[in-house]
Amino acid sequence: MNKWYIEKGDQGDIVLSTRIRLARNIDDYPFPAKLDVAGKNKVNSLIKSVLFENDSKDFSYIEMNNLSRIQAVSLAERHLISPEFASKSDGSALVLSEDESVSIMLCEEDHIRLQVMKAGLALEEAFDIADKLDNMLGAKLNYAFDERIGYLTQCPTNLGTAMRASVMLHLPALTRCGQMAKLANTVSKLGLTIRGAYGEGSQPKGDIYQISNQITLGITEETAIANLKSIVLQLVAQERAAAAEIIKKPAEEDKIFRALGILKYATLLSTDEFMEFISLVRLGASRSLFDISIEKINELIVSMQPATVSAANSDATNPAARDAVRAQKVREALG
Amino acid sequence: MLCQNCGKNEATTHIKQIINGDMAESHLCSDCASHLGYSDMFSGFGLNLSEFFGGFLGDIKTPLSAGKSPRCPKCGTSFDEIVRDGRVGCSDCYRTFYDRLLPSIQRIHGKIKHSGKTAVTATAQPKAETKEEKIEKLKAEMNNAVAKQDFENAAKIRDEIKALEGGEGNE
Repeated sequence: MNKWYIEKGDQGDIVLSTRIRLARNIDDYPFPAKLDVAGKNKVNSLIKSVLFENDSKDFSYIEMNNLSRIQAVSLAERHLISPEFASKSDGSALVLSEDESVSIMLCEEDHIRLQVMKAGLALEEAFDIADKLDNMLGAKLNYAFDERIGYLTQCPTNLGTAMRASVMLHLPALTRCGQMAKLANTVSKLGLTIRGAYGEGSQPKGDIYQISNQITLGITEETAIANLKSIVLQLVAQERAAAAEIIKKPAEEDKIFRALGILKYATLLSTDEFMEFISLVRLGASRSLFDISIEKINELIVSMQPATVSAANSDATNPAARDAVRAQKVREALG
Repeated sequence: MLCQNCGKNEATTHIKQIINGDMAESHLCSDCASHLGYSDMFSGFGLNLSEFFGGFLGDIKTPLSAGKSPRCPKCGTSFDEIVRDGRVGCSDCYRTFYDRLLPSIQRIHGKIKHSGKTAVTATAQPKAETKEEKIEKLKAEMNNAVAKQDFENAAKIRDEIKALEGGEGNE
């Protein structure tokens, strides 16, 4: 079965995936930062008891201190948990659905961080699933809520709906045209934020960006989603137009084919190098310059992240060995 | 390009940050990058969000109550601690310090009234939309139509918005 982060969904040439995240807290307990390990464990087992009440087969329950650092970081690389959560141990737990499309972080920044992920652009569908799970939990748990300022969260930036909707986009053409700074500025005026999906705050690796709603108070879930969707569709249209122009230029087309050549024959590939070239190859594949499926490229982008390579290959313990394993796997996939 | 920090090694880490809407770029070598906390995607990039937000709460113009700082009856967190850490202790902190937190909540979100799903009616039907919400929704639909180059539909929605906004003016 293909995972959500590999599949090609709606607008899949450009949109990699969609995520809805809801933050919830239980009224009877202080927020996680004010809880000791025993307190966190009490909160976790309360939530666990509700989730596993009926059909426990749907989810697995993972205590974060049972995972190695590599395994935890690999979960973050697949966007199943937040990077911060990867460094947590005692008192933090993860609930994961079998297809990895639902993940619930317990005692992260809030008691409950419920995430639903989908391939491609699927905001309404993802919200629908998150909403139903939230209703199921909310019927049994006494949520911290205030009718004036909504769901109460540890950080006031999440008050209100406490919903963060985000879409992961591959924007190589707009990046090459130098449009991203301007776009980031524009979307910030619309209550949205755009940033690199890999390596937050730095130069985005692989031209992959995450765009999400910034404001959560005073705006309904439906409106926030509709706003985000309309901006994403405009970005998709702009990226397609820019890509169509770029591949007409012989020098740019040459870069794309050279990137494919390097990925096909290199014997050592660092993460940065891989991300730079796979981005170009994805651009070429999405404009049908050659016949490589988007799913295969999506799978490579996820599985070639450093901790994920190390987690899957016991001999890839140091960066040099990892670069060799990565090059070998990429050769096999594209060869 | 040489590292902007030490000026000796080749810059291999390139950082773009948006500070108050202005884009700032820095180019660092790997040693300086790790020294300054930019090396690892899991290190938080040297910006402590909590402190950042604490600063946000802290510059509220209302003077802090002289002498004793009141504490939340449930978790014992004081308002000063919330300002310092940028984190609220528990749900009762919001009730206890509601009036003092409100100005910064408004600065973050622009609004202070929740609309959307409620915990109590989570399973009940959604409540009727306010006019403001209806207009916002229509605007999103209009942008959608423009994105799809369906200008006929967009114009229709624009007229609907105008009618709604016009109605407001007559009240």
